[in-house]
Amino acid sequence: MTQQRKAVALISGGLDSLLAARVVQEQGVHVEGINFFTGFCVEGHTHAIRKKDRAKPKRNNALWVAEQLGMKLHIIDIIEEYKQVLFNPKHGYGANLNPCLDCKIFMVKKAHEWIRDNGFDFIITGEVIGQRPMSQRKDTMPVVANESGADDLLLRPLCARNLPETLPEREGWVDREQLFDFSGRTRKPQMALAEKFGFEDYAQPAGGCCFLTDAQYSQKLADLWQARGEKSYEMDDIMLLKVGRHLRPSPDYKLIISREEGEGNFMQGYRNQYLSLKTISHPGPLALIDGKVSEQDLQLAARILARYSKGKTADSVEVEIREKDATTRCIKVAPLGPLDVKPEWIL
Amino acid sequence: MSRIVLDCRRMLCPMPVIKVQNQAANMAPGDELEAICTDPGALNDIPAWSRINGHEVLETRTQGDEYIVVVRVGEDAGS
Repeated sequence: MTQQRKAVALISGGLDSLLAARVVQEQGVHVEGINFFTGFCVEGHTHAIRKKDRAKPKRNNALWVAEQLGMKLHIIDIIEEYKQVLFNPKHGYGANLNPCLDCKIFMVKKAHEWIRDNGFDFIITGEVIGQRPMSQRKDTMPVVANESGADDLLLRPLCARNLPETLPEREGWVDREQLFDFSGRTRKPQMALAEKFGFEDYAQPAGGCCFLTDAQYSQKLADLWQARGEKSYEMDDIMLLKVGRHLRPSPDYKLIISREEGEGNFMQGYRNQYLSLKTISHPGPLALIDGKVSEQDLQLAARILARYSKGKTADSVEVEIREKDATTRCIKVAPLGPLDVKPEWIL
Repeated sequence: MSRIVLDCRRMLCPMPVIKVQNQAANMAPGDELEAICTDPGALNDIPAWSRINGHEVLETRTQGDEYIVVVRVGEDAGS
Protein backbone atom coordinates (compact mmCIF):
# COMPACT_ATOMS: atom_id res chain seq x y z
CA MET A 1 0.00 0.00 0.00
CA THR A 2 1.27 3.48 -0.88
CA GLN A 3 2.24 5.56 2.12
CA GLN A 4 0.02 8.57 2.59
CA ARG A 5 2.19 11.65 2.49
CA LYS A 6 1.75 14.49 4.95
CA ALA A 7 2.10 18.21 4.27
CA VAL A 8 1.78 21.29 6.40
CA ALA A 9 0.21 24.37 4.82
CA LEU A 10 0.99 27.92 5.92
CA ILE A 11 -2.46 29.34 6.58
CA SER A 12 -2.90 33.09 6.74
CA GLY A 13 -6.68 32.97 6.55
CA GLY A 14 -6.76 34.41 3.05
CA LEU A 15 -7.96 32.84 -0.17
CA ASP A 16 -4.60 31.78 -1.62
CA SER A 17 -3.52 29.59 1.28
CA LEU A 18 -7.03 28.11 1.47
CA LEU A 19 -6.86 27.10 -2.19
CA ALA A 20 -3.27 25.85 -2.04
CA ALA A 21 -4.08 23.53 0.84
CA ARG A 22 -7.25 22.30 -0.85
CA VAL A 23 -5.47 21.58 -4.14
CA VAL A 24 -3.03 19.30 -2.34
CA GLN A 25 -5.77 17.68 -0.23
CA GLU A 26 -7.50 16.82 -3.52
CA GLN A 27 -4.49 14.69 -4.41
CA GLY A 28 -4.91 12.50 -1.34
CA VAL A 29 -2.23 14.12 0.79
CA HIS A 30 -2.91 14.55 4.52
CA VAL A 31 -2.70 18.29 5.12
CA GLU A 32 -2.57 20.17 8.41
CA GLY A 33 -2.39 23.92 8.77
CA ILE A 34 0.10 26.11 10.59
CA ASN A 35 -0.51 29.74 11.43
CA PHE A 36 2.16 32.00 12.88
CA PHE A 37 1.24 34.80 15.26
CA THR A 38 3.77 37.63 15.15
CA GLY A 39 1.82 40.09 17.28
CA PHE A 40 1.27 42.30 14.26
CA CYS A 41 -1.49 40.20 12.74
CA VAL A 42 -4.62 42.20 12.06
CA GLU A 43 -6.82 39.17 12.80
CA GLY A 44 -9.17 39.84 15.62
CA HIS A 45 -7.43 42.56 17.51
CA THR A 46 -8.91 45.88 16.65
CA HIS A 47 -12.49 44.73 16.46
CA ALA A 48 -12.04 43.17 19.88
CA ILE A 49 -11.16 46.56 21.29
CA ARG A 50 -13.37 49.15 19.64
CA LYS A 51 -16.93 49.18 20.85
CA LYS A 52 -18.35 50.12 17.45
CA ASP A 53 -16.78 46.99 15.97
CA ARG A 54 -17.96 44.62 18.67
CA ALA A 55 -21.31 44.04 17.01
CA LYS A 56 -19.63 42.78 13.83
CA PRO A 57 -19.44 39.03 13.41
CA LYS A 58 -16.06 37.88 14.67
CA ARG A 59 -14.09 35.02 13.32
CA ASN A 60 -10.47 34.10 13.06
CA ASN A 61 -10.01 33.49 9.36
CA ALA A 62 -7.20 30.96 9.78
CA LEU A 63 -9.46 28.85 12.01
CA TRP A 64 -12.31 29.33 9.55
CA VAL A 65 -10.12 28.11 6.67
CA ALA A 66 -9.05 25.05 8.66
CA GLU A 67 -12.66 24.25 9.42
CA GLN A 68 -13.63 24.59 5.76
CA LEU A 69 -10.87 22.18 4.85
CA GLY A 70 -11.55 19.77 7.71
CA MET A 71 -7.96 19.94 8.86
CA LYS A 72 -6.12 20.61 12.09
CA LEU A 73 -4.61 24.04 12.63
CA HIS A 74 -1.57 24.69 14.78
CA ILE A 75 -1.26 28.32 15.86
CA ILE A 76 2.31 29.15 16.81
CA ASP A 77 3.34 32.12 18.94
CA ILE A 78 6.50 33.58 17.36
CA ILE A 79 6.28 37.00 19.02
CA GLU A 80 9.72 36.91 20.63
CA GLU A 81 11.62 35.31 17.74
CA TYR A 82 9.97 37.65 15.26
CA LYS A 83 11.64 40.68 16.83
CA GLN A 84 14.95 39.89 15.17
CA VAL A 85 13.22 39.61 11.80
CA LEU A 86 11.70 43.03 12.25
CA PHE A 87 14.76 44.73 13.76
CA ASN A 88 17.30 43.53 11.21
CA PRO A 89 15.66 42.40 7.99
CA LYS A 90 18.41 41.18 5.65
CA HIS A 91 16.31 42.06 2.62
CA GLY A 92 15.08 45.37 4.01
CA TYR A 93 11.67 46.85 4.54
CA GLY A 94 8.86 47.42 2.05
CA ALA A 95 7.01 50.70 1.71
CA ASN A 96 6.57 50.81 5.50
CA LEU A 97 8.16 48.76 8.30
CA ASN A 98 7.06 45.53 6.63
CA PRO A 99 9.94 43.07 6.23
CA CYS A 100 7.84 40.88 3.93
CA LEU A 101 10.59 38.81 2.31
CA ASP A 102 12.42 38.12 5.56
CA CYS A 103 9.07 37.37 7.19
CA LYS A 104 8.20 34.78 4.55
CA ILE A 105 11.66 33.20 4.80
CA PHE A 106 11.34 33.05 8.59
CA MET A 107 7.88 31.47 8.49
CA VAL A 108 8.91 28.84 5.95
CA LYS A 109 12.01 28.14 8.07
CA LYS A 110 9.79 27.63 11.13
CA ALA A 111 7.49 25.39 9.09
CA HIS A 112 10.52 23.41 7.95
CA GLU A 113 11.55 22.87 11.56
CA TRP A 114 7.97 21.88 12.35
CA ILE A 115 7.75 19.19 9.65
CA ARG A 116 11.05 17.70 10.81
CA ASP A 117 9.82 17.58 14.40
CA ASN A 118 6.41 16.17 13.49
CA GLY A 119 7.24 13.68 10.75
CA PHE A 120 5.66 15.54 7.85
CA ASP A 121 6.97 15.38 4.30
CA PHE A 122 6.69 18.82 2.76
CA ILE A 123 5.44 22.41 3.05
CA ILE A 124 2.71 24.20 1.11
CA THR A 125 2.25 27.95 0.70
CA GLY A 126 -0.31 29.94 -1.24
CA GLU A 127 2.34 32.09 -2.92
CA VAL A 128 1.72 33.24 -6.47
CA ILE A 129 4.44 34.73 -8.66
CA GLY A 130 3.89 38.45 -9.07
CA GLN A 131 1.14 38.63 -6.46
CA ARG A 132 3.12 40.77 -3.99
CA PRO A 133 5.72 43.37 -4.92
CA MET A 134 8.29 42.33 -2.31
CA SER A 135 7.95 38.71 -1.31
CA GLN A 136 6.18 37.02 -4.20
CA ARG A 137 8.27 37.69 -7.27
CA LYS A 138 9.90 35.31 -9.71
CA ASP A 139 13.34 36.23 -8.39
CA THR A 140 12.39 35.97 -4.70
CA MET A 141 10.68 32.58 -4.88
CA PRO A 142 14.03 30.70 -4.88
CA VAL A 143 15.35 33.04 -2.18
CA VAL A 144 12.55 31.96 0.17
CA ALA A 145 13.15 28.28 -0.61
CA ASN A 146 16.94 28.53 -0.21
CA GLU A 147 17.30 30.82 2.78
CA SER A 148 14.57 29.05 4.76
CA GLY A 149 16.39 25.76 4.29
CA ALA A 150 13.21 24.17 2.95
CA ASP A 151 14.62 24.03 -0.61
CA ASP A 152 12.64 21.60 -2.75
CA LEU A 153 10.37 20.61 0.12
CA LEU A 154 8.50 23.86 -0.48
CA LEU A 155 5.59 23.47 -2.88
CA ARG A 156 3.52 26.40 -4.17
CA PRO A 157 0.54 24.63 -5.74
CA LEU A 158 -1.01 27.76 -7.26
CA CYS A 159 2.05 28.62 -9.37
CA ALA A 160 4.05 25.37 -9.28
CA ARG A 161 4.01 24.93 -13.04
CA ASN A 162 5.88 28.22 -13.42
CA LEU A 163 8.63 26.98 -11.12
CA PRO A 164 11.18 24.13 -11.14
CA GLU A 165 9.90 20.75 -9.97
CA THR A 166 9.97 20.18 -6.24
CA LEU A 167 10.60 16.92 -4.41
CA PRO A 168 6.88 16.13 -3.89
CA GLU A 169 6.38 16.45 -7.66
CA ARG A 170 9.47 14.47 -8.63
CA GLU A 171 8.61 11.68 -6.20
CA GLY A 172 5.03 11.54 -7.44
CA TRP A 173 3.54 12.49 -4.05
CA VAL A 174 1.59 15.10 -6.00
CA ASP A 175 0.82 15.25 -9.71
CA ARG A 176 2.37 18.41 -11.21
CA GLU A 177 -0.22 18.38 -14.01
CA GLN A 178 -2.95 19.01 -11.46
CA LEU A 179 -1.18 22.03 -10.00
CA PHE A 180 -1.52 25.55 -11.39
CA ASP A 181 0.42 28.26 -13.22
CA PHE A 182 -1.16 31.39 -11.77
CA SER A 183 0.83 34.60 -11.96
CA GLY A 184 0.41 38.31 -11.51
CA ARG A 185 -1.82 40.44 -9.36
CA THR A 186 -5.11 39.37 -10.88
CA ARG A 187 -7.39 37.48 -8.50
CA LYS A 188 -9.64 36.03 -11.19
CA PRO A 189 -8.04 32.56 -11.40
CA GLN A 190 -8.21 32.21 -7.62
CA MET A 191 -11.82 33.33 -7.55
CA ALA A 192 -12.70 30.86 -10.29
CA LEU A 193 -10.97 28.06 -8.41
CA ALA A 194 -12.76 29.05 -5.21
CA GLU A 195 -16.05 28.82 -7.05
CA LYS A 196 -15.13 25.40 -8.39
CA PHE A 197 -14.45 24.18 -4.86
CA GLY A 198 -17.60 25.82 -3.54
CA PHE A 199 -15.89 28.35 -1.27
CA GLU A 200 -17.96 31.50 -0.98
CA ASP A 201 -17.42 33.27 2.29
CA TYR A 202 -13.64 33.58 2.17
CA ALA A 203 -11.74 36.57 3.54
CA GLN A 204 -11.41 39.50 1.14
CA PRO A 205 -9.26 40.97 -0.17
CA ALA A 206 -5.90 39.23 -0.29
CA GLY A 207 -3.23 40.79 1.88
CA GLY A 208 -3.60 43.48 4.47
CA CYS A 209 -3.22 40.93 7.24
CA CYS A 210 -0.28 42.64 8.93
CA PHE A 211 -0.22 45.99 10.72
CA LEU A 212 3.36 46.55 9.54
CA THR A 213 2.11 47.25 6.02
CA ASP A 214 0.04 50.14 7.41
CA ALA A 215 1.77 53.52 6.99
CA GLN A 216 0.31 55.10 10.12
CA TYR A 217 1.06 52.09 12.30
CA SER A 218 4.63 51.94 11.01
CA GLN A 219 5.07 55.64 11.71
CA LYS A 220 4.00 55.09 15.31
CA LEU A 221 6.36 52.13 15.67
CA ALA A 222 9.26 54.15 14.23
CA ASP A 223 8.45 56.93 16.69
CA LEU A 224 8.51 54.42 19.55
CA TRP A 225 11.96 53.22 18.54
CA GLN A 226 13.26 56.74 18.11
CA ALA A 227 11.95 57.81 21.52
CA ARG A 228 13.57 54.80 23.19
CA GLY A 229 16.83 55.20 21.32
CA GLU A 230 16.73 51.58 20.18
CA LYS A 231 14.64 49.10 18.26
CA SER A 232 12.72 47.31 20.98
CA TYR A 233 9.12 46.54 21.92
CA GLU A 234 7.01 44.37 24.14
CA MET A 235 3.61 42.91 23.34
CA ASP A 236 1.88 45.70 25.29
CA ASP A 237 3.65 48.31 23.16
CA ILE A 238 2.45 46.86 19.89
CA MET A 239 -1.06 46.44 21.25
CA LEU A 240 -1.20 50.07 22.35
CA LEU A 241 -0.01 51.23 18.92
CA LYS A 242 -3.30 49.84 17.62
CA VAL A 243 -5.52 51.94 19.88
CA GLY A 244 -6.20 55.60 20.49
CA ARG A 245 -4.76 58.76 19.02
CA HIS A 246 -1.05 59.18 19.70
CA LEU A 247 0.42 62.64 20.26
CA ARG A 248 4.04 63.46 21.08
CA PRO A 249 4.31 67.05 22.33
CA SER A 250 7.89 66.43 23.52
CA PRO A 251 10.63 63.88 22.73
CA ASP A 252 10.34 62.72 26.36
CA TYR A 253 6.77 61.46 26.35
CA LYS A 254 3.69 60.77 24.29
CA LEU A 255 -0.01 60.71 25.07
CA ILE A 256 -2.30 57.90 24.01
CA ILE A 257 -5.87 59.21 24.08
CA SER A 258 -8.83 56.85 23.70
CA ARG A 259 -11.17 57.64 20.82
CA GLU A 260 -14.21 55.81 22.08
CA GLU A 261 -15.60 53.83 24.99
CA GLY A 262 -14.23 50.46 23.92
CA GLU A 263 -10.71 51.83 23.64
CA GLY A 264 -11.10 53.57 26.99
CA ASN A 265 -12.12 50.31 28.64
CA PHE A 266 -9.22 48.49 27.02
CA MET A 267 -6.74 51.16 28.10
CA GLN A 268 -8.01 51.05 31.71
CA GLY A 269 -6.18 47.73 31.96
CA TYR A 270 -2.88 49.56 31.47
CA ARG A 271 -3.27 52.10 34.26
CA ASN A 272 -0.93 50.19 36.56
CA GLN A 273 1.81 50.35 33.92
CA TYR A 274 1.41 53.95 32.77
CA LEU A 275 0.64 57.26 34.40
CA SER A 276 -2.89 58.15 33.26
CA LEU A 277 -5.11 61.20 32.99
CA LYS A 278 -8.91 61.47 32.98
CA THR A 279 -11.19 64.49 32.85
CA ILE A 280 -13.57 64.44 35.81
CA SER A 281 -15.49 67.72 35.56
CA HIS A 282 -16.63 66.79 32.05
CA PRO A 283 -17.05 63.49 30.21
CA GLY A 284 -13.94 62.71 28.22
CA PRO A 285 -11.43 60.15 27.12
CA LEU A 286 -8.70 58.37 29.06
CA ALA A 287 -5.07 59.18 28.34
CA LEU A 288 -2.00 57.09 29.07
CA ILE A 289 1.40 58.74 29.25
CA ASP A 290 4.34 56.81 27.84
CA GLY A 291 7.61 58.37 28.92
CA LYS A 292 8.89 60.73 31.59
CA VAL A 293 6.99 63.91 32.39
CA SER A 294 7.73 67.04 34.37
CA GLU A 295 5.00 69.00 36.15
CA GLN A 296 5.00 71.39 33.19
CA ASP A 297 4.57 68.46 30.77
CA LEU A 298 1.64 67.22 32.85
CA GLN A 299 -0.05 70.60 32.60
CA LEU A 300 0.25 70.53 28.83
CA ALA A 301 -0.87 66.89 28.65
CA ALA A 302 -3.94 67.73 30.74
CA ARG A 303 -4.75 70.69 28.50
CA ILE A 304 -4.46 68.48 25.41
CA LEU A 305 -6.71 65.86 27.00
CA ALA A 306 -9.25 68.53 27.94
CA ARG A 307 -9.29 69.57 24.29
CA TYR A 308 -10.65 66.12 23.40
CA SER A 309 -13.26 66.14 26.22
CA LYS A 310 -16.78 67.51 26.35
CA GLY A 311 -15.31 70.47 28.21
CA LYS A 312 -13.24 71.63 25.26
CA THR A 313 -14.99 75.02 25.17
CA ALA A 314 -15.12 75.45 28.95
CA ASP A 315 -12.84 77.92 30.73
CA SER A 316 -11.54 75.23 33.03
CA VAL A 317 -11.55 71.44 33.12
CA GLU A 318 -10.64 69.31 36.11
CA VAL A 319 -8.30 66.45 35.30
CA GLU A 320 -7.40 63.54 37.54
CA ILE A 321 -3.78 62.39 37.41
CA ARG A 322 -3.37 58.77 38.44
CA GLU A 323 0.05 57.38 39.25
CA LYS A 324 0.90 53.76 38.50
CA ASP A 325 0.48 52.97 42.21
CA ALA A 326 -3.14 54.25 42.02
CA THR A 327 -2.53 57.44 44.00
CA THR A 328 -4.43 60.34 42.47
CA ARG A 329 -4.52 64.10 42.48
CA CYS A 330 -6.48 66.66 40.50
CA ILE A 331 -5.50 69.76 38.57
CA LYS A 332 -7.59 72.39 36.81
CA VAL A 333 -6.52 73.45 33.33
CA ALA A 334 -7.74 75.51 30.42
CA PRO A 335 -8.33 73.29 27.38
CA LEU A 336 -6.07 73.95 24.43
CA GLY A 337 -7.68 75.86 21.59
CA PRO A 338 -8.46 74.12 18.32
CA LEU A 339 -5.33 75.51 16.65
CA ASP A 340 -3.04 74.86 19.61
CA VAL A 341 -2.75 71.11 19.05
CA LYS A 342 0.24 71.19 16.71
CA PRO A 343 0.02 68.93 13.67
CA GLU A 344 3.59 67.71 14.24
CA TRP A 345 2.53 66.27 17.60
CA ILE A 346 0.09 63.88 15.97
CA LEU A 347 1.61 60.50 15.10
CA MET B 1 -9.23 13.53 35.32
CA SER B 2 -7.95 17.01 36.08
CA ARG B 3 -9.35 20.46 35.50
CA ILE B 4 -7.18 23.48 34.88
CA VAL B 5 -8.27 27.12 34.90
CA LEU B 6 -6.44 29.37 32.45
CA ASP B 7 -6.41 33.11 33.02
CA CYS B 8 -6.67 34.64 29.54
CA ARG B 9 -7.90 38.02 30.73
CA ARG B 10 -6.67 41.04 28.73
CA MET B 11 -5.37 38.74 26.00
CA LEU B 12 -6.67 39.38 22.51
CA CYS B 13 -7.30 36.54 20.10
CA PRO B 14 -5.55 34.46 19.03
CA MET B 15 -3.52 34.49 22.28
CA PRO B 16 -6.28 32.78 24.34
CA VAL B 17 -6.48 30.08 21.66
CA ILE B 18 -2.70 29.62 21.72
CA LYS B 19 -2.74 29.38 25.51
CA VAL B 20 -5.52 26.77 25.44
CA GLN B 21 -3.78 24.85 22.63
CA ASN B 22 -0.43 24.73 24.41
CA GLN B 23 -2.02 23.68 27.70
CA ALA B 24 -4.16 21.00 26.03
CA ALA B 25 -1.06 19.48 24.44
CA ASN B 26 0.17 18.64 27.95
CA MET B 27 -3.09 17.18 29.22
CA ALA B 28 -4.65 13.75 28.99
CA PRO B 29 -7.83 12.92 27.05
CA GLY B 30 -10.85 13.67 29.21
CA ASP B 31 -9.12 16.43 31.20
CA GLU B 32 -10.90 19.76 31.26
CA LEU B 33 -9.73 23.29 30.64
CA GLU B 34 -11.57 26.41 31.69
CA ALA B 35 -10.43 29.56 29.88
CA ILE B 36 -11.45 32.89 31.40
CA CYS B 37 -11.22 35.56 28.70
CA THR B 38 -12.04 39.22 28.23
CA ASP B 39 -11.90 39.20 24.40
CA PRO B 40 -15.38 38.20 23.18
CA GLY B 41 -13.72 36.72 20.10
CA ALA B 42 -12.71 33.80 22.33
CA LEU B 43 -16.34 32.66 22.35
CA ASN B 44 -15.98 31.87 18.66
CA ASP B 45 -12.30 31.11 18.32
CA ILE B 46 -11.81 28.57 21.13
CA PRO B 47 -14.83 26.50 20.00
CA ALA B 48 -13.64 26.68 16.36
CA TRP B 49 -10.16 25.55 17.39
CA SER B 50 -11.70 22.77 19.51
CA ARG B 51 -13.87 21.50 16.65
CA ILE B 52 -11.02 21.22 14.16
CA ASN B 53 -8.62 19.66 16.64
CA GLY B 54 -10.95 17.05 18.11
CA HIS B 55 -11.77 18.59 21.47
CA GLU B 56 -15.23 19.05 22.97
CA VAL B 57 -16.63 22.36 24.17
CA LEU B 58 -18.62 21.67 27.33
CA GLU B 59 -19.73 25.21 28.05
CA THR B 60 -19.52 28.79 26.86
CA ARG B 61 -20.89 31.57 29.00
CA THR B 62 -20.69 35.29 29.54
CA GLN B 63 -20.18 36.45 33.10
CA GLY B 64 -20.17 40.24 33.36
CA ASP B 65 -17.24 41.42 31.26
CA GLU B 66 -15.73 37.96 31.11
CA TYR B 67 -16.21 35.13 28.66
CA ILE B 68 -15.71 31.59 29.83
CA VAL B 69 -15.13 28.56 27.65
CA VAL B 70 -14.80 25.05 29.08
CA VAL B 71 -13.13 22.43 26.87
CA ARG B 72 -12.75 18.69 27.36
CA VAL B 73 -9.48 17.49 25.86
CA GLY B 74 -9.86 15.03 22.99
CA GLU B 75 -8.18 11.72 22.24
CA ASP B 76 -5.16 13.00 20.31
CA ALA B 77 -4.44 15.99 22.50
CA GLY B 78 -0.69 15.91 22.17
CA SER B 79 -0.59 15.63 18.39
